[in-house]
Amino acid sequence: MINKEYATAADAIADIPDGATVMIGGFGASGSPVELIHALIDQGAKNLTVINNNTGNGEVGLAALIGNNQVRKMICSFPRSSQSRVFPELYKAGKIELELVPQGTLAERIRAAGAGIPAFYTPTTVGTILAEGKETRQFDGRTFVMEPWLKADFALIKCESADRLGNLVYNKTARNFSPLMCMAATTTIVQTKNLVARGDIDPEHVITPGIFVNRIIEVSKPVHEDTLIAEGRSYP
Amino acid sequence: MSTGWNREEMAARAAQDIPDGSYVNLGIGIPELVAKFVPEGREFIYHTENGMLGMGPPPTEDEKDLDLMNAGKKYVTALPGAAYFHHADSFSMIRGGHIDVCVLGTMQVAANGDLANWSTGEPGAIPAVGGAMDLVQGVKHIYVITQHTTKTGEPKLVERCSYPLTGPGIVSRIYTDLAVVDVTPDGFRVVELAPGITFEEVENKTGTSILPQV
Repeated sequence: MINKEYATAADAIADIPDGATVMIGGFGASGSPVELIHALIDQGAKNLTVINNNTGNGEVGLAALIGNNQVRKMICSFPRSSQSRVFPELYKAGKIELELVPQGTLAERIRAAGAGIPAFYTPTTVGTILAEGKETRQFDGRTFVMEPWLKADFALIKCESADRLGNLVYNKTARNFSPLMCMAATTTIVQTKNLVARGDIDPEHVITPGIFVNRIIEVSKPVHEDTLIAEGRSYP
Repeated sequence: MSTGWNREEMAARAAQDIPDGSYVNLGIGIPELVAKFVPEGREFIYHTENGMLGMGPPPTEDEKDLDLMNAGKKYVTALPGAAYFHHADSFSMIRGGHIDVCVLGTMQVAANGDLANWSTGEPGAIPAVGGAMDLVQGVKHIYVITQHTTKTGEPKLVERCSYPLTGPGIVSRIYTDLAVVDVTPDGFRVVELAPGITFEEVENKTGTSILPQV
């Protein structure tokens, strides 16, 4: 019988090794799988390459993972925000690498990996320094830049509801990159607010089909990054 | 004595040029104000890069959902008829030419329509591009709202951008505190002057040649 449920976040992320590439869902605080990230901090894997749109806020979640010196390289579109301090300090000190990818290209590179498409052409970055050194090609008289797929060993994802087969539903704009990352990682680990019975999710409403999901834990009262920051919390 | 348009008046002026029924993406800052000035009888649908069409105004404390944000990571609401989608669909709307109008702020805009709004290129600065390069390549009409000059009086409308480009030749119209300016094959051309502003003042504060109203 298929049952992707794990008992705890620690169990679900236990085998993430040093040097792994890890996609983390979320756009800023919205959709960030804080409990899974904190479990990864407890577990201590180092030299990670992390893919997320941003670099975290305050000293919790992704920012705490970076602050704990577990991340060698960030791949993201927008590495600073009003409440991000950890990454900027390490970056200015030359202690962390950055691969800057425009947001739509980041999404499509992840999607392409999940879809088995090794590269694609996009108009994004044409005529800018971010296109330097990249292969270009003309289609219908217009120049496009080639971008490769972006894969990961693991994806850490937050959703609203999941069944034991791994069918997922998200909440509002917390969906963002998560369905793409579920497709692109070798092992996709999901924290769900509600673990529901098989059949409880209307097949017409499934956003991520269970084939893209490997492990599920239930976190029925997930903490929100913005709440933790407002409370002045840090992790560990 | 009037001294041009304030931020809200610039946004209101830009809103007048957006046709009824447009799908619109608004950048952070003054562009966000456009949503407050939808002309009577028109309906715009707002797109936000992080996965929603039909974005509404900021929530009341009761309405607030921590999972419902805009691309600027501010809490927003969803209007009746809104739709959520993942990032690849969101940027398919952008890159695929389905969004009609994008209104952006800028650091510099050039007479050939080049836009520079993501990086000063200074050593040590942390580059952050977000979705700007996707928007300028994919959206049908790119409008810019900006003060005519920087806080220190440097022109923002220039012959060629000195900052790294967001995209080449993609701006069609600029709304400043002094004037509405089109990017034409002949360079900048004033379309409309703000109340109390003379063409000579606009010319003096522009970093390259600019043509008067036709």
